[in-house]
Amino acid sequence: MDGERLQNRPCGGRYGDIVQSIGNTPLVELKRLSPKPGVRIWAKLESRNPTGSVKDRVARSLIEDAEARGAIRPGQTILEPTSGNTGISLAMICKRKGYPLKVVMPDNVTQERTQLLKMYGAEIVYSDGSKGSNGAVELALEMAAADSSYYMPYQYGNMANPLAHYNGTALEILEELDEISAFVAGLGTGGTLMGNGRRFKEELGDACKIVAAEPMQGEPVQGLRSLDDGFIPPIIDLSLLDRKIFVTNRDAILWTRKLLDEEGLFAGVSTGAIARVAVRIAGELDEGNVVFIVADDGWKYLSSGIYTLPVDEVENLDSTVWW
Amino acid sequence: MATVKIPPVLRASVGGEKQVSADGANVGEVLNALASAHPDTQTQLFSAEGELNRYVNVYLNDEDVRVLDGLETVVGESDTLVILPAMAGGAR
Repeated sequence: MDGERLQNRPCGGRYGDIVQSIGNTPLVELKRLSPKPGVRIWAKLESRNPTGSVKDRVARSLIEDAEARGAIRPGQTILEPTSGNTGISLAMICKRKGYPLKVVMPDNVTQERTQLLKMYGAEIVYSDGSKGSNGAVELALEMAAADSSYYMPYQYGNMANPLAHYNGTALEILEELDEISAFVAGLGTGGTLMGNGRRFKEELGDACKIVAAEPMQGEPVQGLRSLDDGFIPPIIDLSLLDRKIFVTNRDAILWTRKLLDEEGLFAGVSTGAIARVAVRIAGELDEGNVVFIVADDGWKYLSSGIYTLPVDEVENLDSTVWW
Repeated sequence: MATVKIPPVLRASVGGEKQVSADGANVGEVLNALASAHPDTQTQLFSAEGELNRYVNVYLNDEDVRVLDGLETVVGESDTLVILPAMAGGAR
Protein backbone atom coordinates (compact mmCIF):
# COMPACT_ATOMS: atom_id res chain seq x y z
CA MET A 1 0.00 0.00 0.00
CA ASP A 2 2.75 2.46 0.97
CA GLY A 3 4.71 1.56 -2.17
CA GLU A 4 1.76 2.57 -4.35
CA ARG A 5 1.22 5.84 -2.50
CA LEU A 6 4.90 6.83 -2.75
CA GLN A 7 4.82 6.90 -6.53
CA ASN A 8 4.98 10.40 -8.00
CA ARG A 9 1.81 11.51 -9.65
CA PRO A 10 2.41 13.00 -13.13
CA CYS A 11 0.57 16.28 -12.55
CA GLY A 12 -0.61 18.16 -9.50
CA GLY A 13 -4.07 18.63 -11.00
CA ARG A 14 -5.75 21.03 -13.42
CA TYR A 15 -7.47 24.12 -11.97
CA GLY A 16 -9.67 26.97 -13.21
CA ASP A 17 -7.57 29.72 -11.62
CA ILE A 18 -4.80 30.29 -9.09
CA VAL A 19 -7.21 30.47 -6.14
CA GLN A 20 -8.69 27.09 -7.01
CA SER A 21 -5.22 25.55 -7.07
CA ILE A 22 -4.73 26.18 -3.33
CA GLY A 23 -4.12 23.00 -1.31
CA ASN A 24 -3.34 19.45 -2.48
CA THR A 25 0.20 19.86 -1.23
CA PRO A 26 2.84 17.10 -1.14
CA LEU A 27 3.63 14.99 1.93
CA VAL A 28 7.39 14.34 1.94
CA GLU A 29 9.28 11.88 4.10
CA LEU A 30 12.36 13.29 5.86
CA LYS A 31 14.47 10.17 6.39
CA ARG A 32 17.60 11.90 7.65
CA LEU A 33 15.80 13.57 10.54
CA SER A 34 14.23 10.37 11.76
CA PRO A 35 15.82 9.31 15.06
CA LYS A 36 15.16 5.58 14.61
CA PRO A 37 14.07 3.12 11.90
CA GLY A 38 10.48 2.55 13.03
CA VAL A 39 9.60 6.24 13.24
CA ARG A 40 8.83 8.10 10.02
CA ILE A 41 8.78 11.88 9.84
CA TRP A 42 6.60 13.52 7.19
CA ALA A 43 6.57 17.16 6.12
CA LYS A 44 3.36 18.54 4.61
CA LEU A 45 4.64 21.18 2.19
CA GLU A 46 2.17 24.03 2.69
CA SER A 47 4.94 26.20 1.23
CA ARG A 48 3.78 24.84 -2.15
CA ASN A 49 0.61 26.91 -2.05
CA PRO A 50 0.37 29.79 -4.59
CA THR A 51 1.68 32.59 -2.36
CA GLY A 52 4.04 30.25 -0.53
CA SER A 53 2.26 29.56 2.75
CA VAL A 54 -0.43 27.58 4.52
CA LYS A 55 -2.41 30.80 4.91
CA ASP A 56 -3.65 30.54 1.32
CA ARG A 57 -6.06 27.90 2.61
CA VAL A 58 -7.19 30.08 5.49
CA ALA A 59 -7.56 33.27 3.44
CA ARG A 60 -9.64 31.48 0.80
CA SER A 61 -11.83 30.00 3.51
CA LEU A 62 -12.29 33.36 5.28
CA ILE A 63 -13.33 35.17 2.10
CA GLU A 64 -15.44 32.41 0.57
CA ASP A 65 -17.23 31.84 3.88
CA ALA A 66 -18.02 35.58 4.09
CA GLU A 67 -19.28 35.56 0.50
CA ALA A 68 -21.45 32.50 1.13
CA ARG A 69 -23.01 34.16 4.19
CA GLY A 70 -23.58 37.46 2.35
CA ALA A 71 -21.32 39.22 4.89
CA ILE A 72 -19.37 41.20 2.29
CA ARG A 73 -20.49 43.35 -0.62
CA PRO A 74 -18.75 43.48 -4.00
CA GLY A 75 -15.86 45.95 -3.77
CA GLN A 76 -16.00 46.25 0.04
CA THR A 77 -12.69 46.99 1.80
CA ILE A 78 -11.33 44.10 3.85
CA LEU A 79 -9.35 44.99 7.04
CA GLU A 80 -7.21 42.45 8.92
CA PRO A 81 -4.46 42.36 11.60
CA THR A 82 -1.70 40.23 10.11
CA SER A 83 2.07 40.22 10.28
CA GLY A 84 2.53 38.71 6.91
CA ASN A 85 1.37 35.40 5.55
CA THR A 86 -2.36 35.87 6.08
CA GLY A 87 -2.09 39.36 4.67
CA ILE A 88 -0.13 38.14 1.65
CA SER A 89 -2.66 35.37 0.99
CA LEU A 90 -5.59 37.74 1.48
CA ALA A 91 -3.92 40.28 -0.82
CA MET A 92 -3.67 37.77 -3.66
CA ILE A 93 -7.19 36.43 -3.21
CA CYS A 94 -8.81 39.83 -2.62
CA LYS A 95 -7.14 41.22 -5.75
CA ARG A 96 -8.50 38.26 -7.76
CA LYS A 97 -11.97 38.81 -6.34
CA GLY A 98 -12.04 42.64 -6.46
CA TYR A 99 -11.92 43.57 -2.75
CA PRO A 100 -9.50 46.34 -1.64
CA LEU A 101 -7.41 45.13 1.32
CA LYS A 102 -5.94 47.03 4.30
CA VAL A 103 -3.57 45.06 6.60
CA VAL A 104 -2.43 46.11 10.09
CA MET A 105 0.96 44.78 11.14
CA PRO A 106 3.87 45.52 13.51
CA ASP A 107 6.62 47.70 12.07
CA ASN A 108 9.41 45.19 12.80
CA VAL A 109 8.78 42.38 10.32
CA THR A 110 11.23 41.40 7.55
CA GLN A 111 11.23 43.67 4.47
CA GLU A 112 10.15 40.89 2.14
CA ARG A 113 6.77 40.72 3.86
CA THR A 114 6.21 44.41 3.14
CA GLN A 115 7.24 43.95 -0.49
CA LEU A 116 4.98 40.94 -0.99
CA LEU A 117 2.00 42.77 0.49
CA LYS A 118 2.54 45.79 -1.73
CA MET A 119 3.12 43.77 -4.87
CA TYR A 120 -0.16 41.91 -4.35
CA GLY A 121 -1.85 45.30 -3.89
CA ALA A 122 -2.48 45.57 -0.12
CA GLU A 123 -2.41 48.86 1.80
CA ILE A 124 -0.34 48.57 5.02
CA VAL A 125 -1.08 50.25 8.38
CA TYR A 126 1.79 49.83 10.88
CA SER A 127 1.29 49.17 14.58
CA ASP A 128 3.84 49.49 17.40
CA GLY A 129 6.49 46.77 16.90
CA SER A 130 7.25 46.49 20.61
CA LYS A 131 3.73 45.17 21.19
CA GLY A 132 4.11 42.41 18.61
CA SER A 133 0.97 41.00 17.09
CA ASN A 134 -1.04 42.01 20.18
CA GLY A 135 -0.55 45.61 19.04
CA ALA A 136 -1.72 44.88 15.50
CA VAL A 137 -4.87 43.13 16.76
CA GLU A 138 -5.60 46.02 19.12
CA LEU A 139 -5.21 48.66 16.40
CA ALA A 140 -7.26 46.74 13.83
CA LEU A 141 -10.11 46.26 16.29
CA GLU A 142 -10.09 50.01 17.01
CA MET A 143 -10.17 50.83 13.29
CA ALA A 144 -13.02 48.38 12.63
CA ALA A 145 -15.03 49.78 15.53
CA ALA A 146 -14.58 53.31 14.22
CA ASP A 147 -15.54 52.60 10.59
CA SER A 148 -18.37 50.21 9.76
CA SER A 149 -17.55 50.17 6.04
CA TYR A 150 -14.73 47.70 6.72
CA TYR A 151 -15.20 43.95 6.82
CA MET A 152 -12.73 42.29 9.14
CA PRO A 153 -12.47 38.51 8.70
CA TYR A 154 -10.55 38.33 12.04
CA GLN A 155 -8.53 35.16 11.56
CA TYR A 156 -8.02 34.86 15.35
CA GLY A 157 -11.71 34.37 16.04
CA ASN A 158 -13.25 33.12 12.79
CA MET A 159 -14.16 29.43 12.58
CA ALA A 160 -13.58 29.51 8.81
CA ASN A 161 -9.89 29.48 9.77
CA PRO A 162 -9.74 26.03 11.45
CA LEU A 163 -12.39 24.72 9.06
CA ALA A 164 -9.96 25.25 6.16
CA HIS A 165 -7.82 22.57 7.82
CA TYR A 166 -10.59 20.36 9.15
CA ASN A 167 -12.04 20.09 5.63
CA GLY A 168 -8.78 20.40 3.68
CA THR A 169 -5.32 19.81 5.10
CA ALA A 170 -6.31 17.03 7.49
CA LEU A 171 -8.26 15.07 4.87
CA GLU A 172 -5.30 15.25 2.48
CA ILE A 173 -3.02 13.82 5.16
CA LEU A 174 -5.48 11.06 6.04
CA GLU A 175 -5.61 10.09 2.34
CA GLU A 176 -1.90 9.26 2.55
CA LEU A 177 -1.40 7.82 6.05
CA ASP A 178 -3.42 5.21 7.93
CA GLU A 179 -1.66 5.94 11.21
CA ILE A 180 -0.44 9.20 12.73
CA SER A 181 1.26 9.05 16.12
CA ALA A 182 1.74 12.80 16.35
CA PHE A 183 0.78 15.90 14.40
CA VAL A 184 2.95 18.96 15.01
CA ALA A 185 2.21 22.50 13.88
CA GLY A 186 2.89 26.08 14.87
CA LEU A 187 0.58 27.83 17.30
CA GLY A 188 -0.37 31.30 16.21
CA THR A 189 -4.06 31.85 15.60
CA GLY A 190 -4.57 28.20 16.54
CA GLY A 191 -6.33 27.40 13.27
CA THR A 192 -3.93 24.74 12.00
CA LEU A 193 -3.84 22.87 15.29
CA MET A 194 -7.54 23.16 16.05
CA GLY A 195 -8.73 22.24 12.56
CA ASN A 196 -6.31 19.38 11.95
CA GLY A 197 -6.40 18.31 15.60
CA ARG A 198 -10.14 17.97 15.74
CA ARG A 199 -10.27 15.91 12.53
CA PHE A 200 -7.41 13.61 13.61
CA LYS A 201 -8.92 13.02 17.07
CA GLU A 202 -12.27 12.19 15.43
CA GLU A 203 -10.75 9.79 12.90
CA LEU A 204 -7.83 8.30 14.85
CA GLY A 205 -8.74 8.81 18.49
CA ASP A 206 -6.44 9.74 21.32
CA ALA A 207 -3.60 7.65 19.90
CA CYS A 208 -2.88 10.63 17.66
CA LYS A 209 -1.18 13.30 19.74
CA ILE A 210 -1.65 16.94 18.80
CA VAL A 211 1.47 18.95 19.56
CA ALA A 212 1.90 22.72 19.37
CA ALA A 213 5.17 24.51 18.74
CA GLU A 214 4.94 28.14 19.79
CA PRO A 215 7.32 31.05 19.40
CA MET A 216 9.05 32.34 22.49
CA GLN A 217 8.97 35.99 21.50
CA GLY A 218 12.16 37.90 22.20
CA GLU A 219 12.02 40.36 25.09
CA PRO A 220 11.99 43.49 22.90
CA VAL A 221 8.68 42.30 21.48
CA GLN A 222 7.08 41.63 24.87
CA GLY A 223 6.28 45.31 25.28
CA LEU A 224 3.15 44.80 27.33
CA ARG A 225 2.32 47.27 30.11
CA SER A 226 0.57 44.58 32.08
CA LEU A 227 -0.42 40.97 31.75
CA ASP A 228 -3.97 42.09 31.04
CA ASP A 229 -2.67 43.35 27.70
CA GLY A 230 -2.17 39.71 26.84
CA PHE A 231 -4.18 38.02 24.13
CA ILE A 232 -5.49 34.52 23.57
CA PRO A 233 -7.03 33.83 20.16
CA PRO A 234 -10.68 32.92 20.69
CA ILE A 235 -10.49 29.88 18.41
CA ILE A 236 -7.92 28.14 20.60
CA ASP A 237 -9.21 25.27 22.75
CA LEU A 238 -6.28 24.08 24.82
CA SER A 239 -8.04 20.82 25.70
CA LEU A 240 -7.44 19.65 22.12
CA LEU A 241 -3.67 19.85 22.60
CA ASP A 242 -1.57 17.09 24.12
CA ARG A 243 1.66 19.09 24.31
CA LYS A 244 2.54 22.78 23.89
CA ILE A 245 6.23 23.55 23.66
CA PHE A 246 7.96 26.87 23.10
CA VAL A 247 10.95 27.31 20.85
CA THR A 248 13.34 30.24 21.13
CA ASN A 249 14.14 32.39 18.10
CA ARG A 250 17.68 31.05 18.15
CA ASP A 251 16.62 27.40 18.08
CA ALA A 252 14.02 28.05 15.41
CA ILE A 253 16.68 29.55 13.16
CA LEU A 254 19.18 26.76 13.86
CA TRP A 255 16.60 24.17 12.88
CA THR A 256 15.54 26.09 9.79
CA ARG A 257 19.16 25.76 8.65
CA LYS A 258 19.20 22.10 9.65
CA LEU A 259 16.19 21.39 7.42
CA LEU A 260 17.99 23.02 4.52
CA ASP A 261 21.35 21.38 5.19
CA GLU A 262 20.14 17.86 5.96
CA GLU A 263 16.96 17.51 3.93
CA GLY A 264 17.28 20.17 1.23
CA LEU A 265 14.07 21.74 2.49
CA PHE A 266 13.98 25.54 2.11
CA ALA A 267 11.45 26.71 4.65
CA GLY A 268 10.62 29.64 6.91
CA VAL A 269 11.52 30.11 10.55
CA SER A 270 8.34 28.67 12.04
CA THR A 271 9.00 25.43 10.19
CA GLY A 272 12.40 25.18 11.86
CA ALA A 273 10.71 25.48 15.24
CA ILE A 274 8.03 22.97 14.31
CA ALA A 275 10.62 20.49 13.01
CA ARG A 276 12.61 20.80 16.23
CA VAL A 277 9.55 19.79 18.22
CA ALA A 278 8.57 17.08 15.73
CA VAL A 279 11.98 15.42 15.98
CA ARG A 280 11.86 15.58 19.77
CA ILE A 281 8.43 13.91 19.79
CA ALA A 282 9.70 11.34 17.27
CA GLY A 283 12.53 10.52 19.66
CA GLU A 284 10.00 9.61 22.34
CA LEU A 285 8.25 7.06 20.11
CA ASP A 286 9.25 3.48 19.27
CA GLU A 287 7.42 3.53 15.96
CA GLY A 288 4.83 5.47 14.02
CA ASN A 289 4.34 8.43 11.75
CA VAL A 290 4.99 12.00 12.87
CA VAL A 291 3.54 14.62 10.55
CA PHE A 292 4.48 18.28 10.72
CA ILE A 293 3.45 21.34 8.75
CA VAL A 294 5.91 23.30 6.62
CA ALA A 295 4.06 26.56 7.09
CA ASP A 296 5.91 28.66 4.54
CA ASP A 297 8.93 28.78 2.26
CA GLY A 298 12.08 30.73 3.05
CA TRP A 299 12.09 33.48 0.43
CA LYS A 300 10.74 36.21 2.69
CA TYR A 301 13.50 35.59 5.25
CA LEU A 302 16.45 35.78 2.84
CA SER A 303 17.52 39.35 3.64
CA SER A 304 17.89 38.45 7.32
CA GLY A 305 20.89 36.24 6.51
CA ILE A 306 19.62 33.29 8.53
CA TYR A 307 20.47 30.82 5.76
CA THR A 308 24.06 31.97 5.32
CA LEU A 309 25.27 33.66 8.53
CA PRO A 310 26.22 32.01 11.83
CA VAL A 311 23.13 32.42 14.02
CA ASP A 312 24.89 34.73 16.48
CA GLU A 313 25.61 37.18 13.66
CA VAL A 314 21.95 37.48 12.67
CA GLU A 315 20.86 41.06 13.37
CA ASN A 316 17.90 41.82 15.57
CA LEU A 317 17.51 38.18 16.56
CA ASP A 318 15.40 39.08 19.60
CA SER A 319 13.53 42.10 18.29
CA THR A 320 12.30 40.59 15.03
CA VAL A 321 8.91 38.92 14.87
CA TRP A 322 10.14 35.86 12.96
CA TRP A 323 6.92 33.86 13.02
CA MET B 1 14.87 25.01 44.59
CA ALA B 2 13.43 25.60 41.16
CA THR B 3 14.49 28.55 39.03
CA VAL B 4 11.72 30.86 37.88
CA LYS B 5 12.36 33.11 34.89
CA ILE B 6 10.51 36.41 35.11
CA PRO B 7 9.20 38.22 31.98
CA PRO B 8 9.90 41.96 31.58
CA VAL B 9 6.32 42.89 32.44
CA LEU B 10 6.69 41.33 35.93
CA ARG B 11 10.23 42.32 36.83
CA ALA B 12 9.29 45.47 38.71
CA SER B 13 7.29 43.23 41.06
CA VAL B 14 10.33 41.11 41.93
CA GLY B 15 12.81 43.90 42.49
CA GLY B 16 13.97 43.99 38.89
CA GLU B 17 15.32 40.41 38.80
CA LYS B 18 15.28 38.38 35.58
CA GLN B 19 15.08 35.15 37.55
CA VAL B 20 14.44 34.07 41.12
CA SER B 21 14.52 30.79 43.04
CA ALA B 22 11.45 29.35 44.69
CA ASP B 23 10.67 26.11 46.49
CA GLY B 24 7.80 23.74 45.85
CA ALA B 25 6.90 20.22 44.77
CA ASN B 26 4.57 21.39 42.03
CA VAL B 27 3.95 24.46 39.92
CA GLY B 28 1.27 25.81 42.25
CA GLU B 29 3.56 25.58 45.28
CA VAL B 30 6.45 27.23 43.47
CA LEU B 31 4.29 30.12 42.23
CA ASN B 32 2.74 30.56 45.69
CA ALA B 33 6.22 30.67 47.19
CA LEU B 34 7.11 33.34 44.62
CA ALA B 35 3.98 35.33 45.50
CA SER B 36 4.76 35.08 49.25
CA ALA B 37 8.26 36.40 48.68
CA HIS B 38 7.05 39.07 46.23
CA PRO B 39 3.46 40.03 47.16
CA ASP B 40 3.08 42.36 44.16
CA THR B 41 3.01 39.30 41.91
CA GLN B 42 0.03 37.71 43.65
CA THR B 43 -2.76 39.45 41.73
CA GLN B 44 -0.78 39.34 38.49
CA LEU B 45 -0.23 35.59 38.62
CA PHE B 46 -3.48 34.44 40.21
CA SER B 47 -7.17 35.22 39.97
CA ALA B 48 -9.20 35.84 43.13
CA GLU B 49 -10.17 32.14 43.05
CA GLY B 50 -6.54 31.05 43.10
CA GLU B 51 -6.50 29.96 39.45
CA LEU B 52 -3.66 30.92 37.17
CA ASN B 53 -4.37 34.27 35.46
CA ARG B 54 -5.60 33.44 31.96
CA TYR B 55 -3.08 35.81 30.37
CA VAL B 56 -0.15 34.14 32.08
CA ASN B 57 1.56 31.14 30.53
CA VAL B 58 3.81 29.04 32.73
CA TYR B 59 6.22 26.57 31.22
CA LEU B 60 7.99 23.71 32.97
CA ASN B 61 11.31 23.98 31.18
CA ASP B 62 9.73 24.56 27.76
CA GLU B 63 6.30 22.90 28.08
CA ASP B 64 3.10 24.78 28.90
CA VAL B 65 1.84 23.41 32.21
CA ARG B 66 -1.80 24.06 31.27
CA VAL B 67 -1.44 21.20 28.78
CA LEU B 68 0.28 19.02 31.41
CA ASP B 69 -1.20 18.92 34.92
CA GLY B 70 -1.69 22.65 35.44
CA LEU B 71 -0.77 23.85 38.90
CA GLU B 72 -0.39 20.19 39.97
CA THR B 73 2.44 19.65 37.50
CA VAL B 74 5.37 18.18 39.43
CA VAL B 75 8.51 20.30 39.58
CA GLY B 76 11.97 18.77 40.09
CA GLU B 77 15.02 20.31 41.77
CA SER B 78 16.77 21.26 38.56
CA ASP B 79 13.66 22.37 36.67
CA THR B 80 13.08 25.87 35.41
CA LEU B 81 9.71 27.55 35.32
CA VAL B 82 9.35 30.18 32.63
CA ILE B 83 6.58 32.74 33.03
CA LEU B 84 5.52 34.42 29.78
CA PRO B 85 2.66 36.74 28.87
CA ALA B 86 0.07 35.46 26.40
CA MET B 87 1.03 36.92 23.03
CA ALA B 88 -0.95 36.68 19.81
CA GLY B 89 1.37 34.07 18.34
CA GLY B 90 3.80 36.23 16.43
CA ALA B 91 3.61 36.78 12.70
CA ARG B 92 0.34 35.54 11.22
